[in-house]
Order: sequence, then structure tokens, then C-alpha cells
Amino acid sequence: MSDDTTVTPEDVAVAEAAPAVHAIDPATDTVARTLASVEPRVGVSKPDTILVADGVQRRFGGMTAVDVEHLEVQRGAITALIGPNGAGKTTFFNLLTGFDKPNHGHWMFDGKPIAGMAAAKVAKSGMVRTFQLTKALSRLTVLDNMLLAARGNPGENLFGSLVKPLWARAERENTEKALEILARFKLDTKKDDFAGSLSGGQRKLLEMARALMTDPTMIMLDEPMAGVNPALVQSLLGHIQALRDEGMTVLFVEHDMHAVRHISDWVVVMAEGRVVAEGPPHSVMQDQAVVDAYLGAHHDTDLGDDALLDPAVLARLEAEEEKR
Amino acid sequence: MDELTRVLTQALAELIAPTTAAYALAAIGLNLHFGYTGLLNMGQAGFMLLGAYGFGIATIAGAPFWLAFLIAMAAGALFALILGLPTLTLRGDYLAIVTISAAEIIRMLGRSTVFQEWTGGASGLKGNQFKETFQALSPLPDGRMALGPLEYINTGSDSWWTRLFAWGLVLVAVLFVWLITRSPWGRVLRGIREDEDAVRALGKSVFSYKMQALVLGGVLGALAGLVFVLPRSIAPDGLGRTVTFFVWTVMLLGGAATLFGPVLGSMLFFAVYMLLRAGMRTGLEGVVSSTFVEQFGGLLVGVTLMILVIFRPQGILGNKRELAFNVR
Repeated sequence: MSDDTTVTPEDVAVAEAAPAVHAIDPATDTVARTLASVEPRVGVSKPDTILVADGVQRRFGGMTAVDVEHLEVQRGAITALIGPNGAGKTTFFNLLTGFDKPNHGHWMFDGKPIAGMAAAKVAKSGMVRTFQLTKALSRLTVLDNMLLAARGNPGENLFGSLVKPLWARAERENTEKALEILARFKLDTKKDDFAGSLSGGQRKLLEMARALMTDPTMIMLDEPMAGVNPALVQSLLGHIQALRDEGMTVLFVEHDMHAVRHISDWVVVMAEGRVVAEGPPHSVMQDQAVVDAYLGAHHDTDLGDDALLDPAVLARLEAEEEKR
Repeated sequence: MDELTRVLTQALAELIAPTTAAYALAAIGLNLHFGYTGLLNMGQAGFMLLGAYGFGIATIAGAPFWLAFLIAMAAGALFALILGLPTLTLRGDYLAIVTISAAEIIRMLGRSTVFQEWTGGASGLKGNQFKETFQALSPLPDGRMALGPLEYINTGSDSWWTRLFAWGLVLVAVLFVWLITRSPWGRVLRGIREDEDAVRALGKSVFSYKMQALVLGGVLGALAGLVFVLPRSIAPDGLGRTVTFFVWTVMLLGGAATLFGPVLGSMLFFAVYMLLRAGMRTGLEGVVSSTFVEQFGGLLVGVTLMILVIFRPQGILGNKRELAFNVR
């Protein structure tokens, strides 16, 4: 991981080319305006939901890792799922996306029950995820990583694969689309490199780009900022915001509050497996339950401090963390 | 000088021997499993033995050649399905354990007296019982033919016809593997080899792809078994664990996940193996016994496999760049 957090000139170039993070203005932003009228209370119902989870429980032996009574996710919004380490965020994520099976509970995605569905089918239904530890397919080229994600290629059928004319056209169109997305993430110059040769931050971008190739309705990002150097964090945030602006619903897990504050429309806070608070980012951070959950880590810093977005301050805080 | 020529001729003959072709076929199948999909099949010899039995027993029961050929393929496919169903959802190591034991079970069943009526027990099925239909297919005229220093009969067990058929089959297999692996289908397999969870997260049914690869590689293994027994009898002990490890060596030598690797690996492996053994037999005549030569040859294969995996894991044709990232 050590090389992931060193800033290379390349990363800086990527970061500079990314869309800028823009502040959410409730006057112009319809999603934020809609959500502003929603009462910030755990389990509150929202006007236009894409995901509704009920009584989701996951136990490992005697330990209850996830126990979410009721949670609704607003369509077309960026919802951040935050909480201290071990709060059950990733486990909850794994449950929702079919990578783990719950002991109890059911949930609806886009009006269809998808609890207990296999991961591949969940992804096919439009809910696509990324992973905390990036899963770039190392010994495939960047372009192949992208093409693999494309949907409905007749050449992915064994018998179809034998006859190239059957899939050559789909392949050509997918390549065009892939190059377009790669260009957006400034990875187009790397298209013929093996994905394993990319830097940590570039792999995160590739994973996000790859997820986009599937035309998801909802994209689930598991700690998109983990292990990424501060120079790239800004760029990643910009990209996440761009996804929302294109009409996708974003749910992302993060344990650092400051990264979340500027781009999310709604924040859900988990601690010890439960949802302890939810609400718009500004109000939720003043919530006593949230402060309690986070107490210990940076208890002397303002969690909503803008200075924390500054790479230099971030690096200093991280260095302090490591010394402890 | 005569002796040297004889040793060299023997090595040269190995390059085109039917057994070399059989190993190439088995390695092409294993390459689909391991090289492209990352499946650890440690029982390729079991697939081969089943293919051989399927072909032999069907022929003895009166099936025409191509029907027996299809039955051999079906035996391989069925074996792959049975092994794959419970294990392909589990981690890769389980498939390795299951395949290695299943291959042994097949061999033990073949040896046992229970099925002796069909399998011939430990002594197996004799060549003249099941080779007639194959030899009747031969388009070659009667007699013998010499090509350089190599001379064989046209049609028979160790004949030109056997060689022609065996290598023809290898050619078809290479063409088939080329077609399927250059396609988006092949890309999904390579994706699964790298990280199956990532592929799952993109909405592909990983189990189904792994099963397809296991079945196809298993069918190629079964056909390899068919080719393997064309110049000899079907003896269960002739297709034991050693064969599996030879197939692995052949595949890794040529280069996993390469198209021609298994073919090149097989030719090189058997030519050098013969050169060593024949060389020792001739050069050290009177010094060591021929049993020692065989055992020492086997030992050298083991050492070669180790050296290969440690110092050149990509094999002869493999892409060094592709292996530069130690992913797992």
C-alpha cells in the first residue's frame, strides 16, 4: 500500500483534469431541495425511493454485524453510508449486493425484491458495486477490463464466440463506449497497459469506469477513497458527483466524514451494525449519536472542517494517526 | 557414431509420436482449465482414462468409430459436470482435491474385479479388441513408408495413420481453442482467472463460465485418452497420477494461457526426455541398469517442473510482462 499513497506527477495530472467538486446549492439542486424537506430521523421514508431495506440482520456467531431495521435510499441522490471502522458498513453492502447472505431481512431494489439473489443477478438488475480493496483484473489490459463489463455481447456465449461476425459489431461499439468513458477518467492513454501496472488511485478510477460500462441505475462504491493519495481524492469526489448529475443513484461507504460532506445529498451513519442517524450532511454531523460514534478518532478536530479537504492537512493528520 | 544417430533418431521420433500428440491434447484441455480460467485440475489423467474406456468399451460393444468417439467425449463431459457441480462454487483448492481423488477412484474402479467384464480389470483391454474400427478408417494404402530416418507401417497400432489422426485432432483442438479464447467468451474466462468476485460484480454468471471451461477441457482430456490408447492397450495403471503431472509439466513448459504452448511443450518435453533416457542407456551401458535410467528420468522430470515454476513460470511462450504482477 505504501506506493499507493505517494503522490506521483501522473496522479497530480489525473487529479487536475478531473471535474471539480461543486458545492451543493439547495436553490438549484432538486435532489438536495427534495431531501431538505425530509425529516432527519432514522428510518424516515423518502419521496422517491430506489432501495428499501427492512429488518436486515447478519450475525457472525454471537456477534451481530448488521441490524438495520428500516432504510430508504432516495433515487438520483448521492447517499453516503458512514461510520467508524467495524460499524458493519461493508457487511451491509455485501448483503445488499448479494455477496453475503443475511440471517433475516428483505429489501426491494427498483420495486423488485432482490434479497437472496445471486450477486451476478443483482448486478444484472442494475445495482453494480465496486470493492474496498480494488479488484482490477491485473493481467487483462485496461481496455479488456472495460470490455468485460459491457452487457449483452453475443460473443460471451460459447457458441456465439466461435463466429466472429456475430460479435464483431458489438465489440466495436463497446470499444467506442469504453474509450469514451476512459477518456473521462483520463485513462485512455493507458488502454493497452495491463491493469496491474496502474497506480492505486488509477485502479480505483478504472473500477469506477468499469462499473459505468454496465449502464447501472445504482452504483455502490465501497470506500472509493481508501488507499488513494490525497491528490486523487478530489478527483474521485468530482467523478462521483458527475455520476449523480447523469441521473445515477450513488450509495457509497466511507469512514472519513470530511470527504463525504461536500458531495453527499444524504448521510446515513452506522455504528455497531445499526443505523444511528441519518440526515443531510450538515445537520447529521452535529447529531450527538454521531459524535459519540466517532469519539476517539480526531475528537479534537471539527468533523466538518473544510481544511480537511486540503491534501496537506489530510496528510498531516494521517501521519499523526500512524504515529499513534 | 551409429549409436549417436540412433539416440537422435529416437528423440526425433518422439516429436511426432502419437503419445506426444495425446499429451499435447491433454495439455490443451488443462490449459483451458488452468491457463485461461484458473481452475486447478489435478486429475487430467482421470479424464483421459474415462475417454479411453468410453471409446474402448463402446467399440467392443459394437459401436462404429465416430459413435465411440462421441461416447468418449460424453464421458469426459459427464465427469466434468459431476466434479464441477459441488466444487465450482467453492474456493479453487477444493477442485484440486476433488479432481485428484476422483481420478484415482476412476483408476481403482478400472482395476477392480467388479467391472472386469467391461474394463478387463488390472490387465485392461487389449489393443486388438478395440482398434479395428479405427484402422478400417485409414485412407492410406497397405505397406510401409519412410520419411527421413523414420519408418512406420501405414496402418496399424504404431503407424502413420495413428500419427496423422492424432496430430489432426491436435490441430482441430488448437483451432477451436483459438476461436473461443480470442472472443469475449475467452475474456470472461481470463477475468475469472484474475478475480471471480469482480466478474460476478459485473453481472456475469461465474459458475456457468467455470463449468463450461471445465467441461470443454475435460472433453479434450477424454479425447487425449482416446489418442493415448490408439498405439497401446487400455491399462488403468498407464493413466495414473504420473500422467497428470507430466501433463502439468508439458503445459507449464510451453507456457500457460498461450495457444501453442501445450503443443510445443509436449514435443520438447518428450524429445528431451527420450534424449536423456536413450542417451543414458547408450552412454552409461554397463554402468547403470535400465531400471535406474527410467527412475532417474522420472526424477529429472520432477526437478524440471520445480525449476520451471521457480525460474520461468510463464514457460517458453508465455508473456513475461503478463506475469510481472504478482496478484495473489
